Order: sequence, then structure tokens, then C-alpha cells
Amino acid sequence: MKVVVCCKRVPPTDARIKVASDGSGIDEEGVQFVLNPYDEFAVEEAVKLKEAGKAEEVIVVGVGPADTAAVLKNALAMGADRAVLVKDDAGYRDPLSIARALADAIGAEEGVGLVLCGRQSVDQQSLAVGPMLATIAGMGCVMDVVKVEVGDGTASVHREAEGRSEDIEVKLPAVLTAQRGLNEPRYAKLKEILKAKKKPFAEREFDFGEPRATIEKLSPPPERQAGKIVGDGPGAVPELVKLLRDEAKVL
Amino acid sequence: MDPYEAPDLYRVDEMLDDEERQIRDTVRSFVSEKVMPVIEHHFDAGTFPKELIPEIGELGLLGANLEGYGCAGVSSTAYGLMMQELERGDSGVRSFVSVQGSLVMYPIHTFGSDEQKEQWLPAMATGEKIGCFGLTEPDHGSDPSGMETRAVADGDEFVLNGTKRWITNGSISHVAIVWAKLDGQVRGFLVETDRPGFTARDIPGKWSLRASVTSELIMEDVRIPKSNLLPKSDGLKSALMCLNSARFGIAFGAVGAAQACFDEALRYAKARTQFDKPLAAFQLVQNKLVWMVNEITKGQLLALRLGRMKDAGTVKHYQISLAKRNNVWMALESARKARDILGASGVTYEYHCGRHMANLESVYTYEGTHDIHALIVGQQITGSAAFA
Repeated sequence: MKVVVCCKRVPPTDARIKVASDGSGIDEEGVQFVLNPYDEFAVEEAVKLKEAGKAEEVIVVGVGPADTAAVLKNALAMGADRAVLVKDDAGYRDPLSIARALADAIGAEEGVGLVLCGRQSVDQQSLAVGPMLATIAGMGCVMDVVKVEVGDGTASVHREAEGRSEDIEVKLPAVLTAQRGLNEPRYAKLKEILKAKKKPFAEREFDFGEPRATIEKLSPPPERQAGKIVGDGPGAVPELVKLLRDEAKVL
Repeated sequence: MDPYEAPDLYRVDEMLDDEERQIRDTVRSFVSEKVMPVIEHHFDAGTFPKELIPEIGELGLLGANLEGYGCAGVSSTAYGLMMQELERGDSGVRSFVSVQGSLVMYPIHTFGSDEQKEQWLPAMATGEKIGCFGLTEPDHGSDPSGMETRAVADGDEFVLNGTKRWITNGSISHVAIVWAKLDGQVRGFLVETDRPGFTARDIPGKWSLRASVTSELIMEDVRIPKSNLLPKSDGLKSALMCLNSARFGIAFGAVGAAQACFDEALRYAKARTQFDKPLAAFQLVQNKLVWMVNEITKGQLLALRLGRMKDAGTVKHYQISLAKRNNVWMALESARKARDILGASGVTYEYHCGRHMANLESVYTYEGTHDIHALIVGQQITGSAAFA
């Protein structure tokens, strides 16, 4: 079977983000985009499946502007076989539209047995694209997986949920979203980085139609209030407890 | 994770291609995640982080710019950027990779026989075998032509006698490239370190490059087969070709060390408050930070241009000398300024600028001292050699 991994370019989590002056999105000037860390887990898992002989081909698919190519090449350097970029220059694209574009690209491939996504992108954090994609493509979906074992026509997956852990068997083809803990993504070897340049890289168009949702205004979070030192030593404890209870309301 | 942010005021990044950026970013992540957490301990203990060797090999950093024999075959510019990132971590770690790649694998690749290449290069690319480069002697540093180490033919063998000093990787090596005079001519020899008569002793008491092995090699009637001569090595110029390759990497590496110091000093200056405002808001502190970013920017451009010329096959030795000389000097000055901005904190291991400063004192001297590089450039522009 073929495994498709959905990849997005995002600002690094430690980047200092500025909102663009018109409030429409972030100021991309000087931001060095990276492969979404959760998508990195998904790529690593797909490459491991291929190395274990469970997958024949790993295809990475991205929706975004031209420089999304760089993060798709990262995925190729990690061991994916070929890349498909659905070009989209809209600064913001709602999750359903992205899921449709991905479903369209995946629909063009024969023999896809598994689709892996990051659980969320670290910038938009909608956690919606994976399950929406599964719905459109008519596939089963398990979110936040931390273990994947591919069997004959099914996959056994493990996920940690609030207050419990679950072992689930899902029929293939299916969409799985990767949670931290699934694996430790490898560093791309220098040789693989050079090889990635020669791997097939296709571009696709998609008619996004009217947007389902638009960002009206993006604002940075409010500035943090200055802290307060209530005193020194054990004598300050009663006052601290009082403030934590009455003002901060955390006790 | 280390919150490192490399200064790039002139967007030198935009002058790199995707592949070069990707190689740089991979090594940058590796350094943040694997080198930074252990380097303070190793520097303090005076030990080389040997545990990193297999992963450095697996990434393809050893002999990365060489073709074939398991080497990655990246461009010279990408090789330089890799060195920049390694030295952002520590000059000692960069030295290890420089010596293995430029001073051992490069001469085997360039001057070696097919058998020698097959025997050593694949195992050296993975880090399974380690090498060192023996040129400098206790009494012959800037003037290697005065070397006293001799090789004498005896039947099917050569017999080597002499002492080499300040040899990076010496006591952890499986093989040494020893430069010795054979019938009055300097040639390169492969000397396995387990041969009788060969001793490697570490030089104790260093306060610089503490996370790197520096040794003395003593050869007393060491017998090697004649097939251990690097057949295409031809005089001192062969050894100098190796040095040019390593110096090229240092020109980039020094930029990384300076970037690390700048990043740390800027972060500290913004966070540390005195007289009710951040250090970064004082004119004198800004002047130091601007000096640093100014010199780093020039150093980046110098290194990148050098890389492009090397990739085009047009680079000259004096151009490498100019970049090595300038960039190590500006990195050392940047480290000192960073230490100054950090005040007392700058002398502790909690911060990196003091370690970089101590390291760069060695880098300033090795691979051709600052002054010797001035004389190389001086000879080029005046036509007069002023070495002696």
C-alpha cells in the first residue's frame, strides 16, 4: 500500500511572531518556516512503515504557498519517496477547504492504504483537518495516535485520551493523526538531503471556491501583567495563600 | 531546547539554496539537541564527547564534501555551513570533524592509492575509525619545512622517527597521517597507531579546546609497510593543501562561534536590568552589540563568497587565509565583548561565551596563526615573502 503524509509549513514554535500591520495574519518577513512538528512525527512513522516493508511508497502532500516546497523537501530527505504540492497563496485557508484540497490530491493516487497527519498545526491549531479529510475521503479516523501497527487490511493503534488509554483497530484505508510520543523523528542525513533533490515533485491546482471562513482580525495575546512579590520567608506564606485563593483563584 | 537564534541582519540566508539551508538547519538542530546538553560537562571535565561520534558519522558530517567511499558529497559551501553550526556549539567538536574530514580523509582521498581509500574512507565516514594529522612538531610550528621527523627505507618497510605535537584526536585515533622527510622530501605516511614504537600522549592542563583531544605523537623506530606511503603526496605543498581545506572550514566555523556569542549577549542584555532599564538600552552596550553584528555580517559574507569560489574551483590560498584570519579574529573579539556584556555571569559555565572565548584563542593560533595568515596575504599583494 501507499502511505500519504499531509505536511504543512509553520513558523518555528520559538519564533517571535508579529501580527501584520493590517491585522490579516502574521508578518512573514524573516520567518524561517519549518515542517510542522506533528507532521514530522507522521513522516517519521510513514518512513518507518516503509522500512519495515509495510508500505511500498510514501507520498507527502502539502497545501500552501510556493515555499511549502522546502518543508516537503525536508520530508523527502527524511525518506519519503515523492511530493505533491497543492499551490495556495491565500494567507489563511479554513480547515474544510484544506481538507478538500488534500482529499482531491489523495483521490488522484491509486492504492492509498493509510493517510497520516499531524494532530494539529502549531500555528492554526484547529485540530480539524485530519478528521475532516477522513470524512470527505470516506475513511475511518483515529486522532492522537502514539502507536501504529499495520496488519492485513487493518491497523492497530494506541491512543492516550483524557483519563484512559485506548487500543483501537481501524479498517484501512484510514486517516490517523500523530500525537507527540509516536516516535522520535530522525535527522535528515546529508546524503538523503542531496538525494531529495532528485525525487519526483509534482504541483497540483485546486479550485478552492468561496472561502468557508475568513480571519476578520488577528491580535497578539494581551501583554502579561507584571508579577508581584508579596514578601520574604515563611512569614509571607499566609498572604501568598490568601492572594492565590482570592485574587488568582487557583486554590 | 536551546533557544538559539542566529543573527542574520543582511539576510545571507536568502543567498543560500534550499539544500544548503536544509543541511545547515539539520546540523543546527543536531547541535541544539545533542551537543549543547553535554558540552558544558565535557568542557569542564576536559573530555571529548566521544558518544556523539556515531551520530555525527550517520548524519554524514565526516568527509562530507568528498565524493564516493560512503561520503555525502555536499558542496563546499554546504560543508562550510555545517562547520559554522558545529562551531556554534563548540570549537572542539568542530575541530574533531575538521581533522577527520579535511586533514585525514581529504589527503587519503587526494593522495592515497585505491587500496588505501577502500581501507580507510568508508570506515572513517561512519566514525568507526578515527584519524589524526601529524605535521606540527615541538620545535617547528609556523615553519613546518624545518621538520625533524624522518622516514628511512629499509627493505619492504619505512622506519619512522620523530615527534609531533598539538595533534587533535591524537590519542583516540586508529591512524595518523604523519608528514616526514624521506630522502629530504616531505611525504605523507599512514601510520596505524597500534604499531610498536608509536605512542600518543595527551597534553595536560589546557584551558582551551577542553572538549577536544590534543596529543603528542612519539615515533621511535616505527616500522610501516611501504604501501603505507601516500603515493601522490609530493612535498610540503601536499600538507598545505590539507590545511587549506581545514582553514576554509574554520572561516565558516568562526562565524558560528561569533553568532552564538552575539545571540547570548543580546538575550542577556535585553533581560538584565540595571539602573531600572535593560542593559540593551544603554549606549555603550548597544555599541558593543552593533560591533559584533557588524563584524559577524561581514564575516558571513566573506565566508559565503569564499564558499562560492571554492565550489567554482577558483579559490586561491590567500583568499582562504584572509577569511580564516579575519573571521577568527572577529569571533574572538565578539566572544570577549559578549563576556563583558554578561558581567560576572560571563565567566561561568552556565553561559557559553567564556568557553567560546577560551576555545577561539587556540583557533586564532592553529591552522596558521593570525600573523602567518597576514604574511600569506602580504606576500600576495606585495610580491615579497616576509616569513623569514
